[in-house]
Amino acid sequence: MEKRIIDAQGVYYRELNQQVREAAAAGTKSFEIVNVNGQRYIASALEGDIHFILRGVPGQDLAAFMRGPSIRVEGNAQDGVGNTMDEGHIAVNGMAGDVIGYAMRGGTIYVKEDVGYRVGIHMKAYKEKFPVIVAGGKAGDFLGEYMAGGAIILLGMFTGKPDAPIAGRTLGAGMHGGAIYIRGGVDERLLGPGLHAEPADQADMNLIKMHAQAFANEFALDAASILSQPFVRVKPFSHRPYGNMYVPT
Amino acid sequence: MAPALIDKSFHDFFVKRDREACTNCKACIKQCSYGVHFWDEEAKRVRHDSVKCVGCRRCEAYCPEQALLIQEKPSQFRPNHLWRPVFIKNIYKQAATGGVLLAGMGSPVDIPIYFDRLLLDASQVTNPSIDPLREPMELRTYLGEKPDRLEFVRTPEGLSVKTPLAPQLPLDVPIMFAAMSFGAINFNLHEAMAMAAEETGTMYNTGEGGLHASLYKYGKNTIVQVASGRFGVHKDYLKAGAGIEIKIGQGAKPGIGGHLPGEKINEQVSETRMIPLGSDAISPAPHHDIYSIEDLHQLIYALKEASEYKVPVSVKIAAVHNVAAIASGVVRAGADIVTVDGMRGGTGAAPAMIRDNVGIPIELALAAIDQRLRDEGIRHQASIVAAGGIRCSADAVKAIALGADAVAIGTAALLAVGCTLCGRCYTGKCPWGIATNAPELAKRQNPKTAAKKLVNLIHAWSHEIQEMLGGMGLNSIESLRGNRDKLRAVGLSSMEMEILGVKHAGR
Repeated sequence: MEKRIIDAQGVYYRELNQQVREAAAAGTKSFEIVNVNGQRYIASALEGDIHFILRGVPGQDLAAFMRGPSIRVEGNAQDGVGNTMDEGHIAVNGMAGDVIGYAMRGGTIYVKEDVGYRVGIHMKAYKEKFPVIVAGGKAGDFLGEYMAGGAIILLGMFTGKPDAPIAGRTLGAGMHGGAIYIRGGVDERLLGPGLHAEPADQADMNLIKMHAQAFANEFALDAASILSQPFVRVKPFSHRPYGNMYVPT
Repeated sequence: MAPALIDKSFHDFFVKRDREACTNCKACIKQCSYGVHFWDEEAKRVRHDSVKCVGCRRCEAYCPEQALLIQEKPSQFRPNHLWRPVFIKNIYKQAATGGVLLAGMGSPVDIPIYFDRLLLDASQVTNPSIDPLREPMELRTYLGEKPDRLEFVRTPEGLSVKTPLAPQLPLDVPIMFAAMSFGAINFNLHEAMAMAAEETGTMYNTGEGGLHASLYKYGKNTIVQVASGRFGVHKDYLKAGAGIEIKIGQGAKPGIGGHLPGEKINEQVSETRMIPLGSDAISPAPHHDIYSIEDLHQLIYALKEASEYKVPVSVKIAAVHNVAAIASGVVRAGADIVTVDGMRGGTGAAPAMIRDNVGIPIELALAAIDQRLRDEGIRHQASIVAAGGIRCSADAVKAIALGADAVAIGTAALLAVGCTLCGRCYTGKCPWGIATNAPELAKRQNPKTAAKKLVNLIHAWSHEIQEMLGGMGLNSIESLRGNRDKLRAVGLSSMEMEILGVKHAGR
């Protein structure tokens, strides 16, 4: 089936998403939505091998609860990209807002430039599901807070904030699974309580290389320059960080 | 080691064994999951260690000779109204461990129970009472947004509603099973609640632990919950139920998140929540994608989009100081149902200080919310479900008269299947097989038997509600909703009566 082109100019999000759902149910596998201007929930809870190109700025909760489709955003994305996403791939050729990949359980989110606050909070992993977020720029506070699985790779390279530290404060606070990888290191004062940055090991580097290559391919970048600096790893000190906090009454 | 001595000496319960009656059959050893009873090889008899006793009374119930008696330990501290024993003992425990006091089940503290201070009306002479055994009595309730007005069209078949209606949760009885997660309680009880909800035409609520694949078939009697941890939340889950609930707060622990300890994460729980075995399941206190009413709106509509606008979305909040304004915001954010959970609501685990000191009673919260939504002209935009300390059908009737559309029962449902409120739900060792996922304990609950008990309870309460309605001369639960004229207060202050919107008895 051929590509379905939808002009989103002036179309309310409910109508737009209804059109997408109906077309997907009828078997459309490829969408190009142009003039996207803040419409929320695009591709949310969609399932299967469907490909989207979004031109413009998709609104909040892009691909929430999505299972399977791949999305390429030609522009920036707002908050909540990949909220509780199950599987699939999102590439934002620009920057993205806050709360990216909240509680995502699988799939990948690549953002070429900066991401906002609270990215990757409570990411999970389960069996074969292993979510990965790669941000080419810098991140705001609370990156990977409560993280329970998966990986966040932060490059700090393609940023509109040259003077800012690579990540905000309280990175990884309360994390009890997964790992956060930071290119070129991070000031330990930015880390959540009890966390440390240590050099990435060989297994980590295999994962990082794989995604660096894919990230470079996605955005026509040079993988070698991404890998030209060492990466550090922030991992939880326990998968039960609060296990000994209580006394029975 | 003074603390150890204190712990030993000042334990709460005391096991009395009638040596005449005891046959050393060891049933108590088998029943007790806390290791209170043990076999003394040297003495060739069953002995016990009262220090470990949590007062669940399982051994007492299962002793074939009725040889066991579990009592509060009779020894007393010197009487002191300020330093009641609970404070003294808690200080000993915290001095010994440095731990946060952890508690299970609803708060036992002496906060006024307004249900006990409200009395129902009955008809005399005029507006005669109705006998529900012989006359129709409608308990059916629909939860969800109601339209501002109804338009009809004439068709050859008669009048037909033209106004598009929002999706509703149909309830044959205005009593649902409250949200209790799979993990906090075990699969057998989830299955039991699902079966009982189906048989009685009501809903059970998954709580925040996901929905086990084998229970999807009970979807039309299921509310699926989405909490901050998003455990087991995915598109199939969101489409599996008749309704979706966003859990913002819980009456037993307003303002704080959930924390299912690794001990309770077995294979089935892990698979349903989609998290690793033995790892803690931590629900952050807020949803980190909700920091405002606008953000709540965003999640409500994310869920409506995901479920294609086919099911109503409920938002569960804890009863806190500004609950009426919060509920108004929740309704304006697009919730179809507001579930409000009072401070006496149950929990599998909560810090005792939070459970016993944070929040407000359901009666006041409910009355305030109902009034606020009426004053703002938006009461019809959402139904109200009240939970947190509904102990009997009269409490349910009073809650509905105060403004609820329906009530949800959690603790009462657990009591129905044998809970004795020992309050150690968080240990994973529940000897009654309820708040435990240990197979040898969980099998103490047979899903069919448990379902039967839950069905019996709902049937019994329904009959009682019908009798109370009939006595008031009402023939439908709808006529009671928010009908505070059917309530009178005894011994309440003018301020309390003003908030509750009721007159004093005699007026």
